[in-house]
Amino acid sequence: MDIAVCVKRVPDLTEAEIEIDSDGLSLEDSDLDYDLNEWDDFAVEAAVQLKEKHGGKVTAYTVGDDDAEEVLRRALAMGADEAIHLCDDAFAGSDPWGIAQALQRAIGDRKFDLILCGAISSDGTSGHTGGMLAALLDLPQVALATALEVNGDKAEVCHEVEGGLERVVEIALPAVITVQSGINEPRYVSIRGIRKVAGMDIDVKECDDLGLDSGQVGDAGARVRLEELALPPTGGGAEILEGSIDEMVTTLIERIREQGAL
Amino acid sequence: MSTPIQTALEPATTPLFGIPGAGLHGALLVVTVVALVWILRKRAALLLAAAPDPRMDRIGERLYALAKIGFGQWRQPRYLVAGLLHICIFGGFLVLLLRSLTMLGEGFVPAFSLPGFDGALGEFYLGVKDWTAVVILISCALAAYRRLVVRPARYHDRHAQRSHSAEGLIILGLISLLMVADAVYEGSAMALEGHTTWALPLASLFSGLLSESSPATLERLGLGGFWAHNIVLCAFSCYLPISKHFHVITSLPNVFFMKLAPAGRVKPPRHGVEKSEDLEKIGVSRLEDFSWKHLLDFYTCTDCGRCSDVCPAYRTGTPLSPRMISVKSRDEAYEAWPIFGKRPAADSRPQLVGEVISDDELWACTTCRACEDVCPVTIEYVDKIVDMRRFLVDDGRVPATMQKALSKIEKRGNPYGKMGKKRGEWIQGDEGEADVRILEPGDQAAWCFFTDSAVAFDPRLQEIGRALGQVLSSAGEDVGTLGKDEVDSGHEARRIGEEGLFEVLREQNCEALAERKVGRIVTTDPHAFNALRHDYELERPVLHHSQAIQELIQSGKLDLQGIEGDRTYTFHDPCYLGRHNDVYDEPRDVLDAIPGLRRVEMEASRNKSFCCGGGSLYLFHEGESEERMGEVRIGMAEEAGADVVVTACPFCLVNFEDAIKTTGREGKMEVIDLAELVARALPESQPTNETSKGLGTAESGGLQE
Repeated sequence: MDIAVCVKRVPDLTEAEIEIDSDGLSLEDSDLDYDLNEWDDFAVEAAVQLKEKHGGKVTAYTVGDDDAEEVLRRALAMGADEAIHLCDDAFAGSDPWGIAQALQRAIGDRKFDLILCGAISSDGTSGHTGGMLAALLDLPQVALATALEVNGDKAEVCHEVEGGLERVVEIALPAVITVQSGINEPRYVSIRGIRKVAGMDIDVKECDDLGLDSGQVGDAGARVRLEELALPPTGGGAEILEGSIDEMVTTLIERIREQGAL
Repeated sequence: MSTPIQTALEPATTPLFGIPGAGLHGALLVVTVVALVWILRKRAALLLAAAPDPRMDRIGERLYALAKIGFGQWRQPRYLVAGLLHICIFGGFLVLLLRSLTMLGEGFVPAFSLPGFDGALGEFYLGVKDWTAVVILISCALAAYRRLVVRPARYHDRHAQRSHSAEGLIILGLISLLMVADAVYEGSAMALEGHTTWALPLASLFSGLLSESSPATLERLGLGGFWAHNIVLCAFSCYLPISKHFHVITSLPNVFFMKLAPAGRVKPPRHGVEKSEDLEKIGVSRLEDFSWKHLLDFYTCTDCGRCSDVCPAYRTGTPLSPRMISVKSRDEAYEAWPIFGKRPAADSRPQLVGEVISDDELWACTTCRACEDVCPVTIEYVDKIVDMRRFLVDDGRVPATMQKALSKIEKRGNPYGKMGKKRGEWIQGDEGEADVRILEPGDQAAWCFFTDSAVAFDPRLQEIGRALGQVLSSAGEDVGTLGKDEVDSGHEARRIGEEGLFEVLREQNCEALAERKVGRIVTTDPHAFNALRHDYELERPVLHHSQAIQELIQSGKLDLQGIEGDRTYTFHDPCYLGRHNDVYDEPRDVLDAIPGLRRVEMEASRNKSFCCGGGSLYLFHEGESEERMGEVRIGMAEEAGADVVVTACPFCLVNFEDAIKTTGREGKMEVIDLAELVARALPESQPTNETSKGLGTAESGGLQE
């Protein structure tokens, strides 16, 4: 079965010193490290596992600048067979609608049995792209899959719903499925693994190649516009207890009593 | 005194079943030699298909090892009873070798004797041989008693799917049969002459037992004893390479070819290949991927269980038992490369790494090297486990906990995921600033302190770094550090099997060092010490802080005062300081240089030390186990009567501080790094000023994931 998997390069913000750039819309990125979006890591792993089980081919797609190539390399190292980089200055500032359009043009060119996306990206957390892509491709979609199995031309997808319930649905292929983290254990990508795919050709497509007008994507085509990026104001109410363990425990109990919890 | 070694019936000239004795004996030898050569060729075929491993260097040292560990049985007495029994049987075998050759000769030539053994020497040898046979028989009986009745725990591995204990009994039986057959052969001849002598106790015993028999019976018994001896001898030789007792043949060569490279140096992925990226495949996933020497190790394993007996992973109930790595691999080698019949198709065999040996077994190893240190036949484990992990890493099969830490090392140069630019911030502590400079490219310093990630970033462990700074500056030494230009040493990355990442890290650190003019490198982390010393090719001397401090004390630069409190100290040997680098005395010298300090030794000290649970990436990984290694070790320290455990490794410190908390020994026991202890013994740290509180007030705890 042939699978398309969509990936994104995102900043790794754990332990990072986050500073908002002077434009108030982006992060000061001189010290930031970038990585494959965590959810996409699970999506690539799911795609590669399906390929290992059923045969076929995995093609990875990303929309992003030159640096975004590194997440495609990572997907290749994990076992994707081909990678396609949608790279055009016009994509800068795209909202999920713009991204979904670019992906739809690239993916729609070919025949896939399944299109996998990470459920959300850690930097945008809108979770729109997968759904919009499905709509643009006119394909059925299941979101937030926590288990996925393919039987012939159908897929059985499990996803979590409120109350800790699990829902299992059947969906006709081709379909778009967005993957929740934890669906599998993504394989480790070694330095050697990355080096082995360093020489693989990655097809680069610009707006023209996709038949897109630069006004449809990027800042120009965005329907959702970022107004401000801000760190939440530091809240009050935190108190660090001091003293010996006994003293700290006594104070803690007092505080809980004061709040009426005991 | 005439020695009645001549039986009335000479085996060489007495026909058996109508066939001349010598002819029949010739046939027996031909069949044996042909069978043995055939079997050994089958066994050798696997070694020939294996990866290269140059082991023909340093012949002098190899002969010395052969004499000491091989013929000298140097490592046997560590297990006193079993060791002495083995020494008796092994020594006896050497003595009886000549007797066996003589009896093979007697099959062809009546009254055969080896050159020079036809006179007094031969007579003397017969006496020695007969006494030796008694010793061997008693040893075999005791060994069988141990195996059947005493049943030491180490003989029965809890992970063993099948037992090879029966093979042990078969061999003991065959050895005893050899002794008895020879005694019947000789004793019946003596009985014909009615002769007994204390000089030949075993033969005389049988002579006495048989004295009532008729001469015809004695003649037949003598002939029977001879043939039984030689047939058993031939069968025994052919049985060895089929059973776990192949070691009788392979252990001396295995010792000769032992690893002479420094213990702490991990073998390259493939000998003769410089960079791991030049390899088509990295690591070991099949038997044939091992080096020939590692396969010879499997053949040589005697299944004695000493390795697992000392293995901290086995002791704490993890899936790992080093002995089973050897035993299972040998079982697989015997099945996949059989003596009889065709080799089974490769896809009909289980995967060596993954099925025969599970991923979890491999991840449970902390590479402490206790198993290698104890093995009487110098079997290597660390290199094999690292080789198999290299395959797992390449195949993407790394526990999620370690994946995170590895990718943080890759991105930010440390497993904590802290920003690399903050690597020098440890210098500034709450209690003051350490007298250590950040060296910029081009700067000079007599000492370069390589902190490695843990001491650079873990708040508790940063105290070790500052303590060393204080000690060195008290001795008037000029110390610098690489700051943000240092990255993780890659020691654990390499031992996890991530060779590519290790190579990148080594290059970055080597570059940072090359840009600065530093004299010697010192580190408080034995893992970094081992990496810099053996994995990096540095021209500068690398010292562990215990060595540096000992040197400063001996040269009179450091003046230590007594330490407050009436407490008992013990030193815990970190694996990568002790077993991997033979640094045992320096830290003890430092402790003994502190006036009035009372020091005791744990039973498992020096090379017998017990791993704390593993360092660096192992702090992030917690596999399945029943106990924690650190908790077991703290128990050992308490048993030795120690209140304070002194160690010289940041990871030991973290693991022991955790163990003290989790076992409810807080307030009763303490752990401290050597540098911290020495800092407290400095004249400027003495009471009257406020720094005296110190010891044990560290509340910050260890690593959190």
